[in-house]
Amino acid sequence: MRLYVTKRLLLIVPTLLGVAALVFFIMRVIPGDVTLLILGGDQAGRIDPAQIAAMKHQLGLDQPLLVQFASWLWGVLRFDFGTSLWTGQPVIQELLIRLPLSLELALLASLVSVVIAIPLGMLAAVRQDSWVDYVVRIVSIGGLAIPSFWVGILCILLLVIYFGWGPPLEFTPPWVDPWANFQQMVWPVVTVGYRYAAVTTRMTRSTVLEVLREDYIRTAFAKGLREGVVVVRHALKNAMLPVITLIGTEFAFLIGGLVVTETVFTLNGVGRFVVDAVAHRDYPVVQALVFLIAFSFVIVNLLVDLTYAWFDPRIRYR
Amino acid sequence: MATNLELTRPVVIADLAPRPSRLATIGAFIRTKPLGAAGALIILAMLAAAVFAGVLAPYDPYHGDYAAQFARPSAEHWFGTDEFGRDVLTRILYGAQIALFVGFTASLAGCTIGGLLGVVSAYTGGKVDLLLERLMDVLLAFPQLILALAVASILGPAVQNVVIAVAIPIIPRAARVVRATALSVKEHVYVEAVSALGATHRRVVLQHILPNVAAPYIIMVTAQLGSAILAEAALSYLGLGAAEPTPSWGLMLSGSAAAYAEKAPWIALFPGIAISLAVFGFNLFGDSLRDALDPKLRGR
Repeated sequence: MRLYVTKRLLLIVPTLLGVAALVFFIMRVIPGDVTLLILGGDQAGRIDPAQIAAMKHQLGLDQPLLVQFASWLWGVLRFDFGTSLWTGQPVIQELLIRLPLSLELALLASLVSVVIAIPLGMLAAVRQDSWVDYVVRIVSIGGLAIPSFWVGILCILLLVIYFGWGPPLEFTPPWVDPWANFQQMVWPVVTVGYRYAAVTTRMTRSTVLEVLREDYIRTAFAKGLREGVVVVRHALKNAMLPVITLIGTEFAFLIGGLVVTETVFTLNGVGRFVVDAVAHRDYPVVQALVFLIAFSFVIVNLLVDLTYAWFDPRIRYR
Repeated sequence: MATNLELTRPVVIADLAPRPSRLATIGAFIRTKPLGAAGALIILAMLAAAVFAGVLAPYDPYHGDYAAQFARPSAEHWFGTDEFGRDVLTRILYGAQIALFVGFTASLAGCTIGGLLGVVSAYTGGKVDLLLERLMDVLLAFPQLILALAVASILGPAVQNVVIAVAIPIIPRAARVVRATALSVKEHVYVEAVSALGATHRRVVLQHILPNVAAPYIIMVTAQLGSAILAEAALSYLGLGAAEPTPSWGLMLSGSAAAYAEKAPWIALFPGIAISLAVFGFNLFGDSLRDALDPKLRGR
């Protein structure tokens, strides 16, 4: 087990290095000169070349690419992601302003969806081919089909038309005013959570169905246990593994995929931050965010695999 | 010997059941998988809309009638008109072309590239496998949206470029699934046998491994179709896909649709229904196809 964890941790290194290299060079390939953007206006020729050169030197962009890459990586190792080219603030500080919102959204959405999805998926599996099953299946396939940004648009549409409510511009953290925070977050959570819940429900249903056909379930029924006990104590426990995997990987995707929801609800979160940074060619910000998103993705995946081993003692890792 | 006589006695073999005709197979699919059949029906309707858009659509998708801005849904404009007076129904019919184009090309390209990489990875093994696996890890961990942003910035926002952005994240997923299958196929005795008979690597891969990974490949393609359409819509919504005035469903929902929500909710309503219905159809069909092809789930 310890050997397995060590091996997996070592494998993270090349993956993150690859992501770092990919984002670094992609950003350099994107047309558009950040110095021109900062100096205002991209009408070439208007701005003094000496001024551009001075700016480039100041931002460290006049060094060879490999040197820039190496010095950035060295910084990342010391948890120093550099400073934003635009605001001059450390990237971490800029990120910490926006992180609570995105994190709250992701956590609440996953929490709500798991609470809804697992019982529903179980119910659908136990009552397979009944009307309950059909309703659950149609609603959950719908959750995969309906674009979350459209759900968001519809939420806003209904709220605006019927309640004259518009999304507030400033984020209120829950520890400042829980009620204001709730009002602000409830619709984004619904929007993100529907899809999340749909995916989880489907997975729960199909794994519970598979487990219910095992011999030990028949034995459990045969020795006279009540259905509820069999389903919860025997089936659910064994059906949870793939569901946990899915919850984990979906959560990892969610962190990277909040952009659309944040755009719909004009929330100033991490997703919006990264889009703006790409538009501004703010290299350090984009690099840091992509690196951190990839990092959390890899870590969550590792945690999921370790949970697997913990839940299922039959799994032996080499 | 007397004891062996039993076995040599001729055995009457019952006639094999006749192979079901294609029509009967389709009939059985409809009966056993009504949801899948419903999905197929939606897909067929969408194909018809895309192919016959020029005939079915009552108006021009690009040029609006400024006299008819924000027209309510009526007999002339079933789904109303947008801020340029363009007929929403017409644009949705033409939008089916784009959704299907992106869905099919991205899903096929992503699954084919990923599938081939998966087969190569599994068959070659060793360092190549290790390297390709790490490469797939990188692609999997890289946020899709940043990739799409970069593609749109480098190549410009256009329908054919969005295919690239949608296809790339499919590659590692397909590679994983196909690699796992190819690994187990590779271990079969018959592969060993043909290798021992002197078959070249090329022949082993093309004749014996590829046909056996076809089922997961087909399942993957159909499963990714719906999500590819969804991804195209999301990217176009963010302004990273098709550019105005292309009638892309996602683009129709962006910007103006929300701004005019109070005045003309139909602009935001119908393209969303179109996206949802299309993805719904592909998912229903893909699900049932998987059930039909996957022996583990058969007869359920």
